[in-house]
Amino acid sequence: MQPAYSVIFLTTATGTGYGLLALLGILRATGDLPDDRAFGVFALGLALALISAGLLASTAHLGRPERAWRALSQWRSSWLSREGVLAIIGYGPAALFAYGWLLLQQNDGIWAMAGWGAALLSVATVYSTSMIYRSLAAIPRWHHPLVPWNYLILALATGALWLNAVLAPFVSGHALLQAICFAALAAAWLLKIAYWRAIDSAVGDSTIASATGLESFGAVRPLDPPHVQDNYLLKEMGFAVARKHAEKLRRLTHLLAFLAPLVLIVLQAATSGQVSLMVAALAAVSVSIGVVLERWLFFAEAQHKVMLYYGADRI
Amino acid sequence: MTSLPSIPPAKRLGLVIDLDTCVGCHACAVSCKEWNTGGHVAPLPDTDPYGKDVDGVWLNRVHGFEAEADSSSNMAGRTVYFPRSCLHCEEAPCVTVCPTGASYKRGEDGIVLVDEDKCIGCKLCSWACPYGAREFDGDGGVMKKCTLCIDRIYNENLEPAERQPACVNACPARARHFGDFNDPDSDVSQLTAERGGVELLAEMGLKPTNRYLPPRSSATVGDGASLEDAADAGGFLGWIDRVLSR
Repeated sequence: MQPAYSVIFLTTATGTGYGLLALLGILRATGDLPDDRAFGVFALGLALALISAGLLASTAHLGRPERAWRALSQWRSSWLSREGVLAIIGYGPAALFAYGWLLLQQNDGIWAMAGWGAALLSVATVYSTSMIYRSLAAIPRWHHPLVPWNYLILALATGALWLNAVLAPFVSGHALLQAICFAALAAAWLLKIAYWRAIDSAVGDSTIASATGLESFGAVRPLDPPHVQDNYLLKEMGFAVARKHAEKLRRLTHLLAFLAPLVLIVLQAATSGQVSLMVAALAAVSVSIGVVLERWLFFAEAQHKVMLYYGADRI
Repeated sequence: MTSLPSIPPAKRLGLVIDLDTCVGCHACAVSCKEWNTGGHVAPLPDTDPYGKDVDGVWLNRVHGFEAEADSSSNMAGRTVYFPRSCLHCEEAPCVTVCPTGASYKRGEDGIVLVDEDKCIGCKLCSWACPYGAREFDGDGGVMKKCTLCIDRIYNENLEPAERQPACVNACPARARHFGDFNDPDSDVSQLTAERGGVELLAEMGLKPTNRYLPPRSSATVGDGASLEDAADAGGFLGWIDRVLSR
């Protein structure tokens, strides 16, 4: 599949933003984050900016962006519609939560509820995003049970690392948050390894013969192409990344998204002062670059069944 | 609501495509382009049509495949031409993914259509279709697909014989047939039953309406009677053989 930059930005930015918002909501409600207004403005501002920028970017790949509001109507059947509806509803508790924190300096009662509500809707929105891909049977590497887990845990990990980076100047050595960062990164890494193993060893159940109804013959091969230059289908679904490039990018993802941030989080716990701040920031930047690579690969490595008509043997 | 029709459509209109007789002339694809660029889903734009990077929206594409012989099924190898267009699935995934309600399946005849006034051009329906039936119109910013020529099949301004999809009318090999699969006496139902019409990608369970008739096993070539020795045949041929063999 063609890796569209607007969609890569949408899923990584909103993932990080919602992960950050969910953690803020929960950790404020449990009293594990300070009342500090400056920190609140930075952290909540970053979360909402990432979410809003991602959602706006998602309209960039639309053919008719001025009609984007129509996408809110089919929430009963479409995951894309559900994503949009949940994203908009999510601004409600988030605004209430921000009001309670930044203006009233409260984190109990209704304000704690608002935090939990914002967290719940964040999880639901990221889940909807992942289900857009999970629900497409024509793309087996997306139609995989690990896909929603990958999206959710990576959103948590990236959100946690950015929260850790923003919190570091205000609270030194937040052990709980560092533990969350470490656990989420480790879980996300294991899931990604499991996912890559699963898609590498999967044998597709559709063949060029089942796609053409020529199963009573021997081997079927494409002979005359239907057109002499790439059409929409080949440009959109025919994108394929060379194996050697994919392997290199996977190694880079292992390094930047998982290994480096894990090491840096441990290093942050072992250091203090300016060094600790720098290390926390570096971990957040590293995981974000890594996740962009991971998302690019998620698209580039996905094969669409229509390619059976254009030369693929089995998908 | 872009849910599928809650009760099965009264009619199931669709095509039967005969891979035995299709000669790969592209007449169906060209007549489809010609009719539909002025019809219900008009226009079907072309970008750079006379330049280096020709591209454009076509709702029907004719592929050519080479199918090898298979001894177990006694099929001789041959070239197969394969027109590919929307199959108007019963379980159409392109319909349920649509966030705006633009992509829908009609309750009365099962035809899958795009309401272009509601389409936001998110392309998700084209991702959901394993058959590549939908092509994006970059000019209009909306998705295009086969309408089964709804502006022909119900068009009372046309002669009754012409109230068929443009591709069916155009086919010089009579490889395309149009009708109601819910009617057991229709041409399409009869042909599907007689010739073992197949569902494409049946393993996906999308229940496509259109059926493809697989090529018949070819007549065995090379088994003609030998004329080399007719001396014992008697009659004129035997006499000729005896005279010429002296």
